[in-house]
Amino acid sequence: METKKIDEYRWEVPKTGAMRVPGIVYASESMLKDSDQKEPLKQVANVATLPGILKASLAMPDMHWGYGFPIGGVAAFDWESGIISPGGVGYDINCGVRLATTFLVEKDVRPKLKDLVHELFRDIPAGVGSKGSIKLSIKEEKKVLRMGSKWVVQQGMGEASDLEHTEDGGCMDNADPEVISQRALERGRNQLGTLGSGNHFLEIGVVEKIFAPEAARILGLFEGQVTLMLHSGSRGLGYQVCDDSLAFMAKHVKKLGFDLPDRQLACAMIQSPEGKRYYDAMACAANYAWANRQVLMHRSREVFSKVFGLGPRDLGMNLVYDVCHNIAKKEKHLVDGKKQTVCVHRKGATRSFPPGHEALGDKFQKIGQPVIIPGDMGTASYVLVGTHKAMEDTFGSTCHGAGRVLSRKAAKKASKGRSLHRELEDRGIFVKWTGRSTLAEEMPEAYKDISQVVNVVHGAGISKKVAKLRPIGVVKG
Amino acid sequence: MKYRLIDHTADFGVQVFGSDAKEVFSNAALAMFDLITKVGSLKGLNSMDVSISGEDWPDLMINWLRELLFLWNGKELLVKRADITILSENNLSAKVFFDPYDPDHHVIKIEVKAVTYHQIQVKSGPSGWEARVIFDV
Repeated sequence: METKKIDEYRWEVPKTGAMRVPGIVYASESMLKDSDQKEPLKQVANVATLPGILKASLAMPDMHWGYGFPIGGVAAFDWESGIISPGGVGYDINCGVRLATTFLVEKDVRPKLKDLVHELFRDIPAGVGSKGSIKLSIKEEKKVLRMGSKWVVQQGMGEASDLEHTEDGGCMDNADPEVISQRALERGRNQLGTLGSGNHFLEIGVVEKIFAPEAARILGLFEGQVTLMLHSGSRGLGYQVCDDSLAFMAKHVKKLGFDLPDRQLACAMIQSPEGKRYYDAMACAANYAWANRQVLMHRSREVFSKVFGLGPRDLGMNLVYDVCHNIAKKEKHLVDGKKQTVCVHRKGATRSFPPGHEALGDKFQKIGQPVIIPGDMGTASYVLVGTHKAMEDTFGSTCHGAGRVLSRKAAKKASKGRSLHRELEDRGIFVKWTGRSTLAEEMPEAYKDISQVVNVVHGAGISKKVAKLRPIGVVKG
Repeated sequence: MKYRLIDHTADFGVQVFGSDAKEVFSNAALAMFDLITKVGSLKGLNSMDVSISGEDWPDLMINWLRELLFLWNGKELLVKRADITILSENNLSAKVFFDPYDPDHHVIKIEVKAVTYHQIQVKSGPSGWEARVIFDV
């Protein structure tokens, strides 16, 4: 597919055929040339054909081949005349990351690192089919779906400040558990507080470098500090909501009178009963995911307290921020100089709201919304903040991670005969994992270089670097 | 050959073969559970009847695999074999043989999260039936 250079960090996929708007891809020249981008670029073009799309079909520098929408895709649709698509959100609804600080520094943690990783591995259920310690009645589960993180904090698992430091306060208020299938409810009952498998993880990191001292100070970050990052989502409940929605939308979309280039793009008009039903069901899964990450952080706090013999005050495990990666949201954005209500789909992309935005709490008014970008388990992760440029150019969005370059099979082949956990240990990173092939599939070489991805979004101005973290301990599902 | 793996950056796919439509649907079930577990080590002493419908062949395939995947993800049952009893472009009935999951005896290889419509293909040709399905893992 043809791309035209706009500037150092942006490439246009020109409007052709049924495309209603052009595509715009964020990437460096080498990133666009290095890996096979034919399929994801085609997906960027496919998204541009959907009714109500505004300005452009966007892709972040961690773009890779998804189903329907590319991963790393961002697309905003007019709230009145546009569509909403489960394929624009993904199966793992509100898959996301959160980062917490501690008062500990690396030399406090090193001597006990293995104990810490073992204890986290033992106390936090991870891997395929793992069950959490919380068993929910259907009635109680529906409360979780309505309230998200608030329900968890109400149960004594967290602080009020955790909610202030979570996107949307950890709750989308349109959630309606009555539109969720019995199957989804069934799958959600015993998975609250489980990490999951695949690319989900818990990571102990150290702040290696501060780029923006004032923002770092406000976020409570300092060089040498030990942090905890966790990556998980809405588990089986979210997959089931997506699957159920795709099934009914695949039928529904035939009545809408336009051809879909790919069945995985099945959608409904946002204002139709079908569109609303998905939006309200998706919000339930989003709330479940926030609740899940809140439970996971609470359990991690308990493990840190136990291993280091510190009370909450001395441990200082405070939430920096929790962001979601797979979501569709009602937001207000400027389109052609006019403020417009839109439905922003972020599939493998992070919200990146600027200083002064009304959705942000007092703490972030001066610096903008924290953006947490995990890398692969052997390299680095970044903390950035949102910008006005993101509001102007990307509907307040930025990248979400490194993005895969090797398929799981190719990664397994590349890791054959190697002892990955020893290689990582030699680099000072202690890893525990559950799945038979998780470590090989998730090896550092399977992902794009996170620093390249972050340099593109920083250079393009759609978020700004605050700090770089390096991993020292990892639990993989 | 009943099926082969397709390499896709973020996911796993399978290309499934069969001499007729019934066989391609039955082999697709086998391929999916072969990704999840060691199908050869299952006994399949329990059985149940499954009936599903679809808009066309591809939709029927997705709904079929979706239904079987729920047996695993929702009910913790591992499917060894599926005998297709009735099949048309819009309807399928089958007898499904399964083992209840026992963590001490069964190996779980990967988590198959969902069956996607991505690049779905079900077609008949001179050498038999063929299907392509991509799973979200």
